[in-house]
Amino acid sequence: MVDGVGAHAGGGTGDGTEYERAFDAAVAADERIEPRDWMPDAYRATLVRQIAQHAHSEIIGMQPEANWITRAPSLRRKAILMAKVQDEAGHGLYLYSAAETLGTGREELLDKLHSGRQKYSSIFNYPTLTWADVGAIGWLVDGAAITNQVPLCRCSYGPYARAMVRICKEESFHQRQGYELLLALSRGTPAQHAMAQDAVDRWWWPSLMMFGPPDDESQHSAQSMAWKIKRHSNDELRQRFVDICVPQAESLGLTLPDPDLRWNEERGHHDFGPIDWTEFRDVLKGNGPCNEERLTRRRRAHEEGAWVRESAAAYAAKHTTGETGAIHA
Amino acid sequence: MTTTPDQDTALTSAALALGDDALVLSHRLGEWAGHAPVLEEEVALANIALDLLGQARVLLSLAGDEDELAFLREERAFRNLQLVEQPNGDFAHTIARQLYFSTYQHLLHTELAAGESPFAPLAGKAVKEVAYHSDHAEQWTLRLGDGTTTGHTRMQRAVDALWRYTGEMFQPVEGLGVDWPALETAWLERITRVLHRATLTVPDGPRTGAWTAGAGRQGLHTEPFGRMLAEMQHLHRSHPGATW
Repeated sequence: MVDGVGAHAGGGTGDGTEYERAFDAAVAADERIEPRDWMPDAYRATLVRQIAQHAHSEIIGMQPEANWITRAPSLRRKAILMAKVQDEAGHGLYLYSAAETLGTGREELLDKLHSGRQKYSSIFNYPTLTWADVGAIGWLVDGAAITNQVPLCRCSYGPYARAMVRICKEESFHQRQGYELLLALSRGTPAQHAMAQDAVDRWWWPSLMMFGPPDDESQHSAQSMAWKIKRHSNDELRQRFVDICVPQAESLGLTLPDPDLRWNEERGHHDFGPIDWTEFRDVLKGNGPCNEERLTRRRRAHEEGAWVRESAAAYAAKHTTGETGAIHA
Repeated sequence: MTTTPDQDTALTSAALALGDDALVLSHRLGEWAGHAPVLEEEVALANIALDLLGQARVLLSLAGDEDELAFLREERAFRNLQLVEQPNGDFAHTIARQLYFSTYQHLLHTELAAGESPFAPLAGKAVKEVAYHSDHAEQWTLRLGDGTTTGHTRMQRAVDALWRYTGEMFQPVEGLGVDWPALETAWLERITRVLHRATLTVPDGPRTGAWTAGAGRQGLHTEPFGRMLAEMQHLHRSHPGATW
């Protein structure tokens, strides 16, 4: 950061000032933008939106998996699932911290989530109906998330990029565990195999939707790529994911529910069938199978916990002289 | 471990008692996932649940196959304390249950770790985890008890409600060479100190009774426990012989 830039800490509109040129040069040189650096208002707003949505997804994403913690069929699987849900809460915390470096607060972001003004990933509006769904989420949903997120480790905004490095390591671990869970089912009894196939059938298309709308309909893509927040287009990442999943499905002994899926020698990629974008838009609008339930549950946890946070704050106010192990409300 | 058949049975029953405590409380804490009052507590409660599940797995494995023991025993064969099977209630109830149990577990494992029983190595590892659990429960007892009026009322109600389940912790468990009366005295002292610091009143109701004295250890449980097991065991029991 250059001396005096603090005077412009509120950002600017990109009218070709010295700050604007310094920012553009830093992005062009693949340097990291840090919290105290000048940045365009729109860059800041885009990052807040994206990081908050990412944090919210981690928090809402705990619900479909936590749904199976009390019913996990072995103690080993139960421990793995609990650890995973705990990691997700931790990822949410990293990401809220990253968002806070942009001048917003966690309370404000949670408020926007609870009032529906900020979104979370559409995938978590689908229900987990069987134990195999826990495996399908690990393999496909975490797999799609990793494909999306690995390039974010090189994102131009430093705090977000560093959070993603840590998150991607843990996500890869979860993804392998999900794959291994499905493999155990696929090689298990006929009933277990059928349970695994059914879960993959239900989660495949929603996972492909996680990459967002097709490139010609994606409103934020061009600008995000210019700012190096985003490195690849939605369709590019979706194609990469399909190409990774096809051989994995084969080694799992499971099929993917797409009659049009086949290798295209000429393109060097798999062709795949059309995505039901009507369903995608419906889920985004709040009309998916679990939208109402997920948000209600989150709001209720927050509201029912209000007295706990208030009591902790009152205690902190009474005992301000550095209590050890302080718990933040 | 080299033991005589008699000792072996005593060790098995002790492993079951301690293992069931950890298993059942871990399950209850797992029910909090996605419901905690603040994100940091999602992490903390899951963390404690995982520690307890880890302890349960080691202990149950000493007594047999962990999954058979967890998923195929019926209610009357479980040896856990009635305290740990109590429903979560509000956050204050969960904290009161944690305070009572983790203080007990901390004192017990400290003593076991210093001894020469086959449980010493396990207790040596567990005591580090339990020290954290007990600190967490104490810190929250202070924050709820000495925070707002609502926090104080709820925390007092919780410590009162669970008090009747605390006497059972000091019924001797066969196979553990522990000075139970001394453990109980130390527990009462520590609980009294924490509750006073939290501006709470130490409950004065009975801590043992015809039904509660050692009842869980003998396989006599409270009504919510059967429902908890139905949920926990349902999937495993639906696929006999399957591996997961």
